[in-house]
Amino acid sequence: MDDVFDITLTVNGRRVSRRVPVRQHLTDFLREELGLTSCHVGCEHGVCGACTVRVDGAATRGCLTLAVQADGAVVETLEGLSESGEIVDLQAAFVDRNALQCGYCTPGMLITAAEMLDAKQPMSRADIRTFLSGNYCRCTGYQAIVDAVETTLTARLAEQEPSA
Amino acid sequence: MKFPAFKYLRPSSVAEAAAQLAEHGDDARLLAGGQTLMPVLAMRLAEPEVLIDLGRIENLRGIALEDDALRLGAMTRYVDLERSALVAEHAPLITRALPYVAHVAIRNRGTIGGSVALADPAAEMPACMLALGAEIELTSTEGNRWIAAEDYFLGLYETAREDTEILTAIRIPLAPERRVGFYEVARRHGDYALAGAAAVGDVEDGRIQGLRVAMFGCDDLPVLAKTAAKAAETGVLDGAWLEADVSPTSNINGEAHIRLAQARVAFRRAVTDLLGVSNG
Repeated sequence: MDDVFDITLTVNGRRVSRRVPVRQHLTDFLREELGLTSCHVGCEHGVCGACTVRVDGAATRGCLTLAVQADGAVVETLEGLSESGEIVDLQAAFVDRNALQCGYCTPGMLITAAEMLDAKQPMSRADIRTFLSGNYCRCTGYQAIVDAVETTLTARLAEQEPSA
Repeated sequence: MKFPAFKYLRPSSVAEAAAQLAEHGDDARLLAGGQTLMPVLAMRLAEPEVLIDLGRIENLRGIALEDDALRLGAMTRYVDLERSALVAEHAPLITRALPYVAHVAIRNRGTIGGSVALADPAAEMPACMLALGAEIELTSTEGNRWIAAEDYFLGLYETAREDTEILTAIRIPLAPERRVGFYEVARRHGDYALAGAAAVGDVEDGRIQGLRVAMFGCDDLPVLAKTAAKAAETGVLDGAWLEADVSPTSNINGEAHIRLAQARVAFRRAVTDLLGVSNG
């Protein structure tokens, strides 16, 4: 019998309480208990980034975090980020630039890119590639992804400059 | 790749964790940031009976300036070190090295204590501890002891930490005038280093003094390149004497002579980084 643990956490703004097997990782918890399937199961050992979610505001590998470790935490998945409209510009840029093909890496890619955009710092294309280096895409060759992130960053930085 | 079954313990104090570790010993693993331990479990390279999660022990986290040292709680995350003005001022080698550590999402969870406790030979933080002459605090139910980084790293994933001890803090001696340099050779950003070097030293009239260079990714443990550092103090910056200090063997990453050449590149670039001249 698996050891179990009672946890309470906030997921996409909703308070959730569940009894979970202690060996269950956060990705399986989000997918199987809560039906939040934007959190993808990729390599399941922390390399590919497809399972990236936000835990207490920071991009985190769902597959390297136990559900019990998220007890008391604030977790956000791409469903939450989409509903809040926080990254609507980034998502539009991904569509414009065709920055996804199969889409498997996209939720993780968006959550990582969102963290970069939050820093509101000018970044070169090389900096963007470095920031996204923990998220693998096996379709696009990254060019269009970097384009989309760069476009969004440039637009956001222009927006925050005081109007002349 | 699901984790094997284990019993999960969540102590709220170091004393409680030490007692649990004393009870379970080698059957237990300490869970810090989990960024290495969880992949190890996923691949079933280890199947501990008990996981002791240090994540709820508040006083294991934090960065504090003491009289003669900067104290880092073992559960301080890379992201917090990266953003810390205290670390940037008093241990800039760590600030310099952190962007090389894996990726953003890993640095958001990974801890300095976890890295130093694991002692991966290709990891950045153990080498930084060695170069900085850090001291490492180990705590058990018997009390605590401090050990110098030079005596702490013993071999491949082997350290002076006993099964009943928890790595609780790291102390970095203050040395205000000291300069730092860092470089690593890797196939891609964020990968484990093929070879790397972490350097600290003083520069007077363009000459390096008191140089300490810790090499990583070369041997089974981080090592101080004492011969090459002495040579660098006399102006030989290219790591020509490095083979007296490190002995990389042929492995999946390359033949021995290639790995030695990579180590020389890392050495030279770390030392030129310390001198503040461009890395050729």
